[in-house]
Amino acid sequence: MGEFDVRGQRLAALCLLGLLLFNYPLLAVFNVQGALFGVPVLYAYFFLAWALLIALMALVIERRG
Amino acid sequence: MSRKVLIAEDEPNIVASLEFLLRQSNYDVRVARDGEEALRLVASFAPHLVLLDVMMPGKSGFEVCRHIRGNPAWRNVKVMMLSAKGRDIDVNQGLALGADAYVTKPFSTKALLATVRELLPEDA
Amino acid sequence: MLQGWVIVLTSFAYLGLLFAVAYYADRRADAGRSVIDSPYIYSLSLAVYATAWTFYGSVGRAAVDGVGFLPIYIGPTLMIALWWVVMRKILRISKQHRITSLADFIASRYGKSALLGGVVTVIAVIGILPYISLQLKAVSNSFTIVLQYPEIVMPAKLGAVPLLQDTAFWVALILAAFTILFGTRHLDAAEHHEGMVAAIAFESLVKLVAFIAVGAWVSWGIYNGWGDLFARSAAEPKLAAMLTPFDGVAGSYSGWVWLTILSMLAIMFLPRQFQVTVIENKDEKHLNKAIWLFPLYMLAINLFVLPIAFGGLLHFPEGGVDADTFVLTLPMAEKQELLALAVFIGGLSAATGMVIVETIALSTMICNDLVMPVLLRLRALRLNEQPDLSGLLLGIRRGAIVFLLLLGYLYFRLAGEAYALVSIGLISFAAVAQFAPAALGGIFWMGGTRLGALAGLGAGFAVWFYTLLLPAFARSGWLPLGLLENGPFGIELLKPLALFGVGGLDNITHAMIWSMTANIGAYVGVSLLRAPGAEETRQASLFVDVLRRPAEPGGPRFWRGTAPTPELFNLLARFVGLANAAEAFADYARRHGQEKPEAHPEADAELVHHVETQLAGVIGAASAHIMVASVVKEEALSLEEVRAMLDEASQIIVYSHRLEQKSQELERATQELRAANERLTELDRLKDDFVSTVSHELRTPLTSIRAFSEILHDNPELAVAERTRFLNIVIKETERLTRLINQILDVSKLESGRAEWHESLIDLREVIEDTIAATSQLFKERDARLVRRLPAEVPKVVADLDRIVQVVLNLLSNAVKFVEPGRGLVEVTLTEERGFLRVDVRDNGPGIHPADQDVIFDKFRQAGDTLTGKPQGSGLGLHISRRIVEHYGGRMWVSSRAGEGACFSFTLPLAREAALA
Repeated sequence: MGEFDVRGQRLAALCLLGLLLFNYPLLAVFNVQGALFGVPVLYAYFFLAWALLIALMALVIERRG
Repeated sequence: MSRKVLIAEDEPNIVASLEFLLRQSNYDVRVARDGEEALRLVASFAPHLVLLDVMMPGKSGFEVCRHIRGNPAWRNVKVMMLSAKGRDIDVNQGLALGADAYVTKPFSTKALLATVRELLPEDA
Repeated sequence: MLQGWVIVLTSFAYLGLLFAVAYYADRRADAGRSVIDSPYIYSLSLAVYATAWTFYGSVGRAAVDGVGFLPIYIGPTLMIALWWVVMRKILRISKQHRITSLADFIASRYGKSALLGGVVTVIAVIGILPYISLQLKAVSNSFTIVLQYPEIVMPAKLGAVPLLQDTAFWVALILAAFTILFGTRHLDAAEHHEGMVAAIAFESLVKLVAFIAVGAWVSWGIYNGWGDLFARSAAEPKLAAMLTPFDGVAGSYSGWVWLTILSMLAIMFLPRQFQVTVIENKDEKHLNKAIWLFPLYMLAINLFVLPIAFGGLLHFPEGGVDADTFVLTLPMAEKQELLALAVFIGGLSAATGMVIVETIALSTMICNDLVMPVLLRLRALRLNEQPDLSGLLLGIRRGAIVFLLLLGYLYFRLAGEAYALVSIGLISFAAVAQFAPAALGGIFWMGGTRLGALAGLGAGFAVWFYTLLLPAFARSGWLPLGLLENGPFGIELLKPLALFGVGGLDNITHAMIWSMTANIGAYVGVSLLRAPGAEETRQASLFVDVLRRPAEPGGPRFWRGTAPTPELFNLLARFVGLANAAEAFADYARRHGQEKPEAHPEADAELVHHVETQLAGVIGAASAHIMVASVVKEEALSLEEVRAMLDEASQIIVYSHRLEQKSQELERATQELRAANERLTELDRLKDDFVSTVSHELRTPLTSIRAFSEILHDNPELAVAERTRFLNIVIKETERLTRLINQILDVSKLESGRAEWHESLIDLREVIEDTIAATSQLFKERDARLVRRLPAEVPKVVADLDRIVQVVLNLLSNAVKFVEPGRGLVEVTLTEERGFLRVDVRDNGPGIHPADQDVIFDKFRQAGDTLTGKPQGSGLGLHISRRIVEHYGGRMWVSSRAGEGACFSFTLPLAREAALA
């Protein structure tokens, strides 16, 4: 597909990264008791990983290659 | 008063031959081994003629010639360039810089002496 | 404060405010100064994805299984990462073809098929209906709950309430009126509803603020922050289990995965999402910011879900209160009246947003893709003769809106109690997911055909209906429960919730697996059975290649035939009005430099295409095509002709691509040529340098030889001492000259590869010893000491004996030349290293400047040109030595510090016995 320029490829990679981050087995790793700054580990992981993904997407989009 | 000649040349053997020839013709001869020394001796020794080798360490013969010609006090100093390069453009470059004569190596001793005599006419 | 009339008043005030925003935006749009032309507004409008389901239902789900609500928002985030390619394509296509709806998009791709458009519309309506009733349920429930303040009472069974006292009924009516006001005030040629978009963006803000407000209040008002909240949850055994919800079965992950996939598809194919993302988009570039702003919004609105859920569970133990209502009942329980009211408005906002956009989108589909094509075909209605159809179109749309909302209410009344909010919504998600294969396949795969799309949609929808909707009906009592437990007619393998024995999955996952299998299988299978027709092929090419083509507004012209211009004009005017039609023609004239196209009796293909495009913007591509076809006496294009046109077009593309490649290659070749030329010039210059240097080097000893020969000749009476001296000079210079000539020849042979090499096994130790002996005279003359460090035995190396002798000789003579007479010390070391022999020749002479160290191996270069006066030697020795050493695979280098002597080293590889066998 010729329409997959650099940004498209990077974003597709981020999509794959997201699929990995938010699935078994990584979820199993964080599925433990305990808390990070008072927040349960799993929850903290979700929101931090999510925020990270969004930040990376913003970076890829806003940087001109 | 005998004419003073400065030889600016770094090859010792060539220096030796030139020295012999010129002293034999009763010129007062000094030797400089490189461009800086040559300029110093022009100032101090005040030669009438400078035999200038083009290929010298440090300042090249062309530069020395330019210096000499750039100094109005040395207007009357004759400059004869010696060079292993004998192409026309080199000759013209030398003459353009203000040299009075240009001799290519290897030179004929007779021809060299003749040119020197031309540049330094005998006292009346 | 929370009395009934206050709530009603506030609600109406809020709706009025929304309307004002919409009105203002519409006004500005008409004046040409759009307010929504901003990526931020665009991104906010996309947040219509978050409905009352998000507002209330997420907390409800979170209270059951912790993070189970998250895939619904993370999935879209992941899909949005792919939007850069996928959505840009869809946007480009939709702008080019003036797509008016999702059904229009799919229909248009598969040859402007009215049938397909109709099927998509029907599926969409049936699928979304539960979703609409969900919103009504949310508004009605929240209203009821708030009314009970200060008591907290869950709404009783609603079926019992008579119609006219049913809040939900009135909500449905009000929303219908509102939507009609919003979306059908006039007919827009491009189906833009700027007012609606502005209002939606506004309400996205409202619901976000409201949710964060209540979330923050729960976290820091009731409890002491998240740490406190979660710590207390961990203390309760039932709650603690939810903190790690994935314990046990890996099967719970499969549900997770499918939920993610489902949401990824929903964000694309929910009619309201398609409407705001594609149809209402004003500028493709807004997509850039939306790609990360919209996920950010979703993150923000979900941040407090878990705190609120756990807060509620802690606050209302033992299930007296539905978790769906925590957002509202928590502030109520704590007497926070203002906050509760704000929450109610927030929920109202979320619900109204969804309903407005969804019903506008659906009503457009019903009008353009379901009703109009049927009406147009019914000759009995003689619609071709009506002068102005715009009123009819609007009427159909308004009717559709009312119809949808009433139907939504009906569903709510009859079936709304069966499931919690979230489950209802997911059923709708699964329905719209059926559009994915046909739509996504359509923009990437040229081979997808109309029949394939129909087959896929049909199969997928059938499975969806059977596995999700039927069970819902059964649970509500419309169908016997025996259907679920034993299968239809007792056939166990066809149990709706466990088809073919695949059990143990939740209903959504189960439905998704089977419907997607059926859908994709049918789509691909049937598409491959028969090749696409002419119309399909051309549409397919336009869609799939849209990003690769230049952005020209039309496509290749495919109309061939003539149309009488007045008829064409009237056709257009019938749908868009006289004024708009005139403007369309004038615009065409401007762009093509024609005077008055309506003056020409016959319209050319371009104009016909232009009119069709305009028309498509109002009634959809399929209907537009029908209408225009009825006017144009078209010469039917056969499949071959279309293929030929396509081939030509694609050949042109290929050709221009090749041209581009050629020109690039040409440029590269030119650059290479230029570089080669530079290199040649450089080499030439070097050669000139070499020649002139050689000439200079040769002339220098010649000068002395000639001069002194002449002197000796002309001065026969010279003293003996002087004669001897001069003759010595002549002899020395002759030797020097000879050496020089030899070396120059050597270098020349080495460089041109003509040198002769005679290899043998040599003992380096012997070579060194011999060379030391040969140079002993030199050492004596300079009064220098020589120290040797040679091992007793070394392995042999393969090399030319004479050449290596030359090398060692060169190094030794250099060393002895440079040391101070009397104090000189030269050390020769021979060592064996891994695979190599290494020779070091160290002297304690003046050393070599780092700058010179690179240079002394070059031709005619010597060290110490300025410092120590002109050394003897030609400057070629080291160059030759290094060449020789390198020829045998060794290295030569120098290490030295100025003032501390120099050490020249070289290596030679050891002989390999086998090599010389």
